[in-house]
Amino acid sequence: MELIGLANYAVYMAIFIGIYAILALGLNIQWGFTGLFNAGIAGFFAVGAYASSVFTSPAADGRLGGYDLPIVVGWIGAMVCAALIAWPIGKVCLRFRSDYLAIATIGVAEIIRLVVKSEGWMTGGARGINNVPRPFGELPYFQSQLAYLALIIAVVGLVYFLVERQIKAPWGRMMRAIRDNEAAAAAMGKDIEQRRLEAFVFGAALMGLGGALFAHFNRSITPEAIDPMVATFLIWIMLILGGSGNNRGAILGVAVVWIIWSMSELVTDQLPQEYAIKAKYMRIFIIGLMLQLVLRFRPEGILPEPDYSNHEKKKKVPDANKASDASAAE
Amino acid sequence: MTFMDLINFYFVPGVVLGSIYALGAVGITLVFGILRFAHLAHGDLATFGAFAALAFVTALGVSVWVALPLAMVAAGAVAIGLDRYFYDYLRERPKILTVMASLGIALMLRAIVQVFWGVDTETYTRGIVRPESYWGLRIRDRELYTFVAMFAIVGVLWVFLQNTKWGKAMRAMSDNPDLALLSGVDNRKVTMLTWAIVGMLCAAAGFFLGLNTELKALMGWTMLLPMFAAAILGGVGRVEGAVIGGLIIGVVEEMSVLVIPSEYKAALAFAILLLILLVRPTGLLKGKVL
Repeated sequence: MELIGLANYAVYMAIFIGIYAILALGLNIQWGFTGLFNAGIAGFFAVGAYASSVFTSPAADGRLGGYDLPIVVGWIGAMVCAALIAWPIGKVCLRFRSDYLAIATIGVAEIIRLVVKSEGWMTGGARGINNVPRPFGELPYFQSQLAYLALIIAVVGLVYFLVERQIKAPWGRMMRAIRDNEAAAAAMGKDIEQRRLEAFVFGAALMGLGGALFAHFNRSITPEAIDPMVATFLIWIMLILGGSGNNRGAILGVAVVWIIWSMSELVTDQLPQEYAIKAKYMRIFIIGLMLQLVLRFRPEGILPEPDYSNHEKKKKVPDANKASDASAAE
Repeated sequence: MTFMDLINFYFVPGVVLGSIYALGAVGITLVFGILRFAHLAHGDLATFGAFAALAFVTALGVSVWVALPLAMVAAGAVAIGLDRYFYDYLRERPKILTVMASLGIALMLRAIVQVFWGVDTETYTRGIVRPESYWGLRIRDRELYTFVAMFAIVGVLWVFLQNTKWGKAMRAMSDNPDLALLSGVDNRKVTMLTWAIVGMLCAAAGFFLGLNTELKALMGWTMLLPMFAAAILGGVGRVEGAVIGGLIIGVVEEMSVLVIPSEYKAALAFAILLLILLVRPTGLLKGKVL
């Protein structure tokens, strides 16, 4: 009995790690590889969650819906909607230093929260959207959880594969060049604004996908489901701690931070009522402090960014040494 | 609705709100101009200042007008401490990392307020204050004080920046930090001085917001976007620009209720911010663009 509960909890945790991994990979494209500061992750997440829910859920009174589209269409719709919101913001803000993007994305997240709350005809207002279909939802509880986990792992794997490919491609090389020396990249004739816009929109689309996966897992989405600041900040600390610029690091960071975050919740829930509320805020204080400590003592994260550029040189250098050693020996 | 109603119910509250934004925006423009990064913890530092004033009022039983300077000193000290322990060591690294650190600080400051003061809304004084009528113009005392205090505080700051040695050093560092360093300006001391001033301005902004509405943990965070919009609208690095920007944003926000649903009042600052970045990124009075 105990064992089944534990297994249930582990699967539940793993599903969340998968969802957050997709968000962290999206942020890694924006921050890790391009150096764009997105402080509105929760906004794009919410857009994805609501878009997919509206597209796939059965009809309900008083709000948009009843399209009953296949879930895959919902997910693609979520990505497209998040990208469509990111595009104009990037278009205006990416000409300047990333500080402006940070402020603008805070604003976007705030406005999306307002729209979700007050446009009941679209989002169901405070009640949110219920009866969102869940893939494999008709199976018994544990099997259904496992099947959803498998689906998430497949999606994360696919996203990881695609991002990794893109980063090793000339596009990724160009992004790093722009991030590390903008003037030099511009002198080489790279269209910096356009490249940054691509990275920003692509990352936002992944965040939308993460939102969709979350909504379908929960079978519903309400305005209370996400605390914008805490959600955004958790993704940031996951990426920075894991290692920005490294996709495996991002996923590792998600696992580490999410396990610590959830475990600490289990601990604080045991406390008496009056301390439990304070402890909740202390946890937030501690993740804020954690970010400061990581930035100070290990800014490259647990797994630092791999040195993509020396990949081929490293292979050749030992050979050259050997040749020179051989000639010296002669 | 008569013209006087328009003034009394929309314009006057707009000017009061604008004065509060102006106090915050001046601080933002100083950090943006002198230290060259967007300080995202600005709103939450204002929240801290407001609650510090509340602590002085409840613990010492002093009047709010004694609590204000005490809270300003406290917030100034906190701001210097934040720089000393969290921002300063990131000086040589890309500035965007300091922006990130400040987002973390925002969360930490808010958590501190929530732990110590809880999540209930608070007020400095109880009871309803009726507005006084000045030839048909209906203004509450506290609204008048807010407006006057804003001009007094910014006026003192202005004189300080224009006429004193340290004020000139701050302006020199804003124009060109390397040249200032070569001319013998101690960048470290100017940075500390800037933080002290910024902390005090934050506390004043938070205090007046608390005086005119109520105190809650999220009060500063919701002010962040309008304050940034005001600083950028006025021109980054321009103190007088921040005041003009703050007043414009405040009045536009309050007036907007006449044409758009009131839920979206908060979205207006964002719209103004995007618009100004699109058409005139240097702001109304030519400021910096980072």
